[in-house]
Amino acid sequence: MDEHANHDVLIEGVLNGEWRATARAISIVEDLRPGRVEILARLYLAGRSSSVCGITGPSGAGKSTLVDALASRYRDADERVGIVCVDPTSPFSGGALLGDRIRMNEIVVDPGVFIRSMATRGSRGGLGRAAREVISIVEATGTERVIVETVGVGQIELDIAEAADTVVVVLVPESGDGIQAMKAGLMEIGDVFVVNKADRDGADGLLIEIESVLALRTGQEWSPPVLTTIASQGQGIEELAEAIDTHRQWLVSSGEGERRRRHRIVSYVKEIVLDALATGLWEEGGYSDKLDESLQEIMAGRKDPFSAAEEIVSASRMLESLNMDTD
Amino acid sequence: MVNKEQGQGMSGKSDIRKDEERWHEEVKDLAEIRERFITTSSEEIDPLYTPTSLDGFDYLRDLGFPGEYPYTRGVYKNMYRGRMWTMRMFAGFGTAEDTNERFKYLLEHGQTGLSTAFDLPTLYGYDSDAPDSIGEVGRCGVAVSSLEDMEILFDGITLDQVSTSMTINGPAAIVLAFYAAMAEKQGIALDKLSGTTQNDILKEYIAQKEFIFPPAPSMRLITDTVEFCAHDMPRWHPISISGYHIREAGSTAVQELAFTLADGFAYVEDALERGLDIDEFAPRLSFFFNAHNDFFEEIAKYRAARRIYARRMKEKYRAKNPRSLLMRFHTQTAGCSLTAQQPENNIVRVTIQALAGVLGGTQSLHTNSMDETLALPSDKAAKVALRTQQIIAHESGVVNTIDPLAGSYFIESLTDKMESEAEEYFERIEKLGGVIPAIEKGFFQQEIARAAYRYQKEFDSDERVIVGVNRFVEEDEKIEIPILEITEEMHERQVTRLRALRERRDEDGVKEALAEVRRVCSGTENVMPFLIEAAKAYCTLGEIVDVMREVFGTYREPSMF
Amino acid sequence: MVENKIRILVAKPGLDGHDRGAKVVAAALRDAGMEVIYTGLRQTPEMVVNAAVQEDVDVIALSILSGAHMTHFPAVLELMREHGIADEVLLTGGGIIPDEDIEALMEQGTGRLFGPGTNTGDIIAYIRDWNESRP
Repeated sequence: MDEHANHDVLIEGVLNGEWRATARAISIVEDLRPGRVEILARLYLAGRSSSVCGITGPSGAGKSTLVDALASRYRDADERVGIVCVDPTSPFSGGALLGDRIRMNEIVVDPGVFIRSMATRGSRGGLGRAAREVISIVEATGTERVIVETVGVGQIELDIAEAADTVVVVLVPESGDGIQAMKAGLMEIGDVFVVNKADRDGADGLLIEIESVLALRTGQEWSPPVLTTIASQGQGIEELAEAIDTHRQWLVSSGEGERRRRHRIVSYVKEIVLDALATGLWEEGGYSDKLDESLQEIMAGRKDPFSAAEEIVSASRMLESLNMDTD
Repeated sequence: MVNKEQGQGMSGKSDIRKDEERWHEEVKDLAEIRERFITTSSEEIDPLYTPTSLDGFDYLRDLGFPGEYPYTRGVYKNMYRGRMWTMRMFAGFGTAEDTNERFKYLLEHGQTGLSTAFDLPTLYGYDSDAPDSIGEVGRCGVAVSSLEDMEILFDGITLDQVSTSMTINGPAAIVLAFYAAMAEKQGIALDKLSGTTQNDILKEYIAQKEFIFPPAPSMRLITDTVEFCAHDMPRWHPISISGYHIREAGSTAVQELAFTLADGFAYVEDALERGLDIDEFAPRLSFFFNAHNDFFEEIAKYRAARRIYARRMKEKYRAKNPRSLLMRFHTQTAGCSLTAQQPENNIVRVTIQALAGVLGGTQSLHTNSMDETLALPSDKAAKVALRTQQIIAHESGVVNTIDPLAGSYFIESLTDKMESEAEEYFERIEKLGGVIPAIEKGFFQQEIARAAYRYQKEFDSDERVIVGVNRFVEEDEKIEIPILEITEEMHERQVTRLRALRERRDEDGVKEALAEVRRVCSGTENVMPFLIEAAKAYCTLGEIVDVMREVFGTYREPSMF
Repeated sequence: MVENKIRILVAKPGLDGHDRGAKVVAAALRDAGMEVIYTGLRQTPEMVVNAAVQEDVDVIALSILSGAHMTHFPAVLELMREHGIADEVLLTGGGIIPDEDIEALMEQGTGRLFGPGTNTGDIIAYIRDWNESRP
């Protein structure tokens, strides 16, 4: 089979905004199948035009409903929307249950909406990289909007902050108790804050609490707005859409967008390099065997891990070439 | 012969405890045939129960006498010696004519109450000719799209002579209005009607998932029916708070018990908030439980349910009328326990389950037909199921004495354990903000899904044996049960009738009645009288629900993973 | 380091709300290392096939206990053909489906359909075997 020709068709399909080709390209990237580097590289050069918005928050905050409502709002303006929903992979089985579509009834049959559920897998490079690559494929389809939904736990939301232009943190009155105690992370990455289910008891209190926490965020030019929504009734969605756009404009006018982009490219290239080095070392260079040899000695208390690493690093300097496409 | 008094006096608790320890010591090294001995709900059971299992047990406080607080031993003083349970077989399929025929057949064979199953479109408030109804009309029950269908369904049945149960939830208020309108048109006063509407939306969100509107307006509709019945249909049970479906969805017995009671208390609180007096409506609340395979676990569940309910109604809600404290319930044998393989074995399962329901003191009973995992029950299978109840009632002798298992160390300690585990669940639900917030957070759904998955894993690993399915299997089994078929012709007949009705009726009257329904739904007036008017104007179910959907909105399940 | 995860769409088409089986199977497939996209209740054939295309799933599994299987399975199959995924995506499922209907549906192009009392291990094995035997 001529893989190359196949990828031409696929890449063309993605660029034409065909969902099936897009879906397949994402699978190739997720599965680390042959051709992924070629696909990513060519789609990367096709340029980016989308506004990438990350939506994160604790489970039960109504994120999927909010995404549903926001996407409907974009569709009303005739903008195409790509949605990537990220959920954790089970560390025990490697499987995942991806249930975000349940709450997206409004948009699941809209031909102008592409939804992809993605498990963290965590094979390499962290979620930041995998998600960024999936997002870049969706962007290449020419959708005006890309929304990335993630559950706000652990490392995931920090990774998403890396990948998105604007991060919307969604909270609900029930999450009020723990704002102060909540991981600094969630409160620090938000560019826009949303109190969803704002008709519930405690919404006002939460609002005040968020604002007081945000007041401690000093030395930043952007002061994140705190909005209220009732996503299930579409309330506050317009304001949210506006806040996202305002933030995006600020990114451009302040130069912050440029800075973030530069940072992102640098860390992406570094990741790719690290990855290639690691693959070259452990998988192709046969250094896993060398590590195994040292392992016995370290276990026996005759060698320390630093010396073992030093040996591997020195030896690896003799690696002549690295294969970038680490298929 | 041992003197009774002497027998009690001679062995004190400490003697028993000492002997018991010795006994445990002696048996602990004996080989056992299984690693764990678990109930249907995966609860481990001890090898032996003795008086020491009942520390702190107080007969008068914990059991009392039948028909007396806390009603553990039964809600009536003489129970089945005074009146047998109602043998109520759930029936419904195809068009109203088809089910009407089945109703008459069951009444002729000695059934004493009717129970109506509606098809899925009706349960979701769609007319039979709606696009969403395609493929579903008449399949899981009878299609009722208008008062006309209701009139055909009960044709030749005297409404004030029969008690009618209707399994309907989302659109229950409307279907109840159809029934009331039919009675009024026949000149039968509403206060002569007896029966039950299931009308339990909370368990729909929790387990059965046939919901239409969001929780708040759904609760309002239910409380409207509660209020209406309290005033105008005093012999009607407006809600049957149902654990049946919670169990079918895979819950444990304790979850069934706890979630159902929590739902019940939520309805009570909603009605109290409306300003109703507890003793005005509580006597008409009824319950509906599952009867699964694990005989003792089920019996303990019913007994615990009665006791928890009576205690709460008295202590928390301050009910004064003793009738407000009675948990009366209907029981249905567990559909999910039946097997498609060797279906005749289901007759035996149903017998054990029905017996548990009876020993648990049920007020009415539906016994499943052996062919229900294959399709809707055939006449023959439904008759065998009814005969099963009759044999228990008349041949087994279990009705001779009230609550015969009371005092069993095992049954009483199991009853206590279920009560305390249910109380733990009540606390967790309370912490989540109550039943509706817990639903919206997916709490019940996740608890149930977890229990269902555990049960499946026990089955997959053969720890849990199901006869004919993973043990005692017959290879190349051919199933020889005649299966009732729902034909396309039934669907066509129904759609044709509905379209003819739309042609025939007075359109102005329909519009006017629907506008009234819209107005009342947007306000706070009780919607029931207006629904009855809409029914009489032959507004269809779908038309009324459409209006309500516009006012109330729709509900979507929370994502649960 | 190719990581070919089996992706599978689990859906409940039509009005049937009995989702115990669908959820149990979804959990079992997850625990077997698959990525399960669970769409929930009340799915139309369009929703099912649309999701299957965008999620690039290998398998579609429908759960139907309402008796409407002869409506929903063929409708999904037809749309799968329309979208050009009928040849590469397996359509399987389960529920209360009489033997003769299973035969008829398999003839129309569905994979195996599972009834009550199925060991989830059999479903997992079936899907893995199917996946292995793909060209």
